[in-house]
Amino acid sequence: MRRRHVIGSLGALLAGGCSKIGDSAAPVSLFDSAERWHKQAQRLLAGRYSLAPEFDRSQVSPYFRGNGSRNVDTPEYAASAVSGFADWRLAVTGLVEHPLSLSLDNIHRLPQRTQVTRHDCVEGWSAIGEWTGPRLSTILRGAALKPEARFIVLRCADTLAGTQYYESIDLIDAFHPQTIIAHKLNGEPLPVRNGAPLRLRVERQLGYKHAKFLTGIEAVASLAGIGGGKGGYWEDRAGYQWYAGI
Amino acid sequence: MACRGDTGERVDPLCGQRTASSGSAARRHLPRPGRARVRRHGLSVRLWHWVNLACLVTLFMSGLNISNAHPRLYWGEWGFESARAWLTLPRFPGWMTIPGHYSLSAARDWHLLAAWPFAGGLAFIWLTMLLTGHFRSDLMTRRSEWRPSAIRADIVAHFQLDFDSADGKLNFLQKLSYGIVLGVLLPGMVISGLGISPGIEPLARPLIELVGGRQSMRSLHFIFAWSLFAFFVVHVTLVLLSSPLTQVRDMITGGRHAA
Repeated sequence: MRRRHVIGSLGALLAGGCSKIGDSAAPVSLFDSAERWHKQAQRLLAGRYSLAPEFDRSQVSPYFRGNGSRNVDTPEYAASAVSGFADWRLAVTGLVEHPLSLSLDNIHRLPQRTQVTRHDCVEGWSAIGEWTGPRLSTILRGAALKPEARFIVLRCADTLAGTQYYESIDLIDAFHPQTIIAHKLNGEPLPVRNGAPLRLRVERQLGYKHAKFLTGIEAVASLAGIGGGKGGYWEDRAGYQWYAGI
Repeated sequence: MACRGDTGERVDPLCGQRTASSGSAARRHLPRPGRARVRRHGLSVRLWHWVNLACLVTLFMSGLNISNAHPRLYWGEWGFESARAWLTLPRFPGWMTIPGHYSLSAARDWHLLAAWPFAGGLAFIWLTMLLTGHFRSDLMTRRSEWRPSAIRADIVAHFQLDFDSADGKLNFLQKLSYGIVLGVLLPGMVISGLGISPGIEPLARPLIELVGGRQSMRSLHFIFAWSLFAFFVVHVTLVLLSSPLTQVRDMITGGRHAA
């Protein structure tokens, strides 16, 4: 009786697994399925809007490591940095009712959120910093998303290995209360190595999702046709997981 | 994983199946072909054992590839430089890792995929062990087994490669090691793995604070993994020292020998 039951459930499991593999072109899609299960399980268990831990100001790391691209190798960026990025613009485009072009001054005048959070790199290291900036949701509400918008693409000024960096998140993460466009680290303007003058903080995901050197926010219906179509620089280039909550 | 011979009339949940044996003393030791019908391992245990092995090998080898991405371990919430590390691991060569060359993204693919059957299998075997009474009857230690003299006798017997306790069940050291593996190390892998996931952190926060932070949790993930590797080495050594072919065959077939 018990044995039949065990065999029955195993059979169901295998059949389920095989149809999954059968549906797909390559075993790679089983990895994609696992990524989707992780995302769904995490949002089911931990909640869509539960907060990443915030720390005391005294717990900030003495130095915040820079990683990935630590500079933007163009004369325009160098010139802009000299002027304190006075000419920097953040474009809000795509599927929005009111496209915007925000200056740093505009960004500073929006309601600000300051949070002391931990940055977890996919490689395994962590650092704690105090970030300040407006919520992404404030900017998106100002631009008014069209109903067909499903993802937010972050456009960046930096290039890695000759390719423009970009990232993308879904609307759940975009409207998360801790998702901000940071312009300050530990009370100072963002250092160049950490993405000056603007970077994304999306606290419930790994470091490579936190796009630096932001030049644009673009609302899109699909990630296909953008970059390599996988939703971000590392996703396109090296097969990193688009959902980086684990 | 050794489950000693069953007795005639009772249904043993680990060994699983009804056995029709003669009740001779032979069953107290390794089953001897031609003497009795003995089932040493139930179907659920055998299924889980091999699925779990496949998952652990995949998780461990892909884990070594992930380790190569940042081979330093820290205590507390954060850490990125060697001055703060309590341990710097060596770089693991390609033949020890999945995939066989350095690829953090591919290693994470394998690691995070294998985590599902691993965690599901652990939940399955615990449910089965509790529901069938296998845990209570075969794995739970009795108070008398904790007497120093009894433990000493068990250790002496182990050094003499005599792994059979008098009643034909697991002896104290086996119960203790399987108890630590099933009750601490395997669940510890799942919990510490979830504890270093930024998405699940809001849920796991009390546990993360209990161990001192995210980097402490990551250190524990490595410590549990290497403890399981140490268990694996001892486990396989003991199998090799005690009729390995019979042991492996019994873990596949269940170990029923025709009368």
